[in-house]
Amino acid sequence: EVLCCANYPLYIRSVPTQGELKFHYTVHTSLDVVEEKISGVGKALADQRELYLGLLYPTEDYKVYGYMTNSKVKFVIVVDSSNTSLRDNEIRSMFRKLHNSFTDVMCNPFYNPGDPIQSKAFDSIVSTMMVQAF
Amino acid sequence: MRKHYSVFFLLITFFSFFHFHHALMCFLKERVTCVSTLELMGFRVGQGLIERFTKDCPTFKEDLDIMKFLCKDLWSTIFRKQIDNLRTNHQGTYVLQDNKFALLTQFSTGKQYLEEAPKYLAFSCGLIRGALSNLGLESVVTAEVSLMPSCKFQVVIQKL
Repeated sequence: EVLCCANYPLYIRSVPTQGELKFHYTVHTSLDVVEEKISGVGKALADQRELYLGLLYPTEDYKVYGYMTNSKVKFVIVVDSSNTSLRDNEIRSMFRKLHNSFTDVMCNPFYNPGDPIQSKAFDSIVSTMMVQAF
Repeated sequence: MRKHYSVFFLLITFFSFFHFHHALMCFLKERVTCVSTLELMGFRVGQGLIERFTKDCPTFKEDLDIMKFLCKDLWSTIFRKQIDNLRTNHQGTYVLQDNKFALLTQFSTGKQYLEEAPKYLAFSCGLIRGALSNLGLESVVTAEVSLMPSCKFQVVIQKL
């Protein structure tokens, strides 16, 4: 499972840690789907303005979920397809936690926007989340 | 701990902002570098603040919605009042008028301090620019004062 932000990754984390490279690829292709969804929303219903983008696309091995903040930072969660126990509202709350944590990183005056995220607090939020979910 | 940090940050913004701002003025004497330094500080603060304040908002539909958010929500949270007047030419230029700008109310309402006013507006210009930048809009923000304590911020959105 992998988490990533912005148009180039600010942060990627996966469990198990081997095979991280193929997650990079999955995440990059999912960014295209996010762009599609964003531009599509404008033409669709006016009240489709949620930050949570839902299931982006299912591949044979993985399910990919997306979320975009108002500051155009994208979070992507990739989950093994065999994991059917994760429900939609659990994914939503994972994204909320990520967003809250990211906001704290952003407000840290020593953090330069656009830099890779190196915050220990962010790391520990992510670890807790990954342990709880999987 | 996290909650304390964010409350602490907001407290700094609310209460000591005005006092701190004035103290900073006295400290930074060199006119030219002082204005651009303040503007850059405002920029970074604007980026962080907008991230926190738009966390629970739905996505903005268009630029005008973003400007309205700035004038109502952001301005009231920081300066405890809304922008009094927003005008636009619908082609990317906006003028935000605040008739009683919080950072200028301590000045006497004559012409004597008009020259010093830009220093006190630089941080706020940066704040607006930083907030817009984090929402995806690059802009040029300038401010002018013709009658204390009222001032106008002009925002020109840069089209790529």
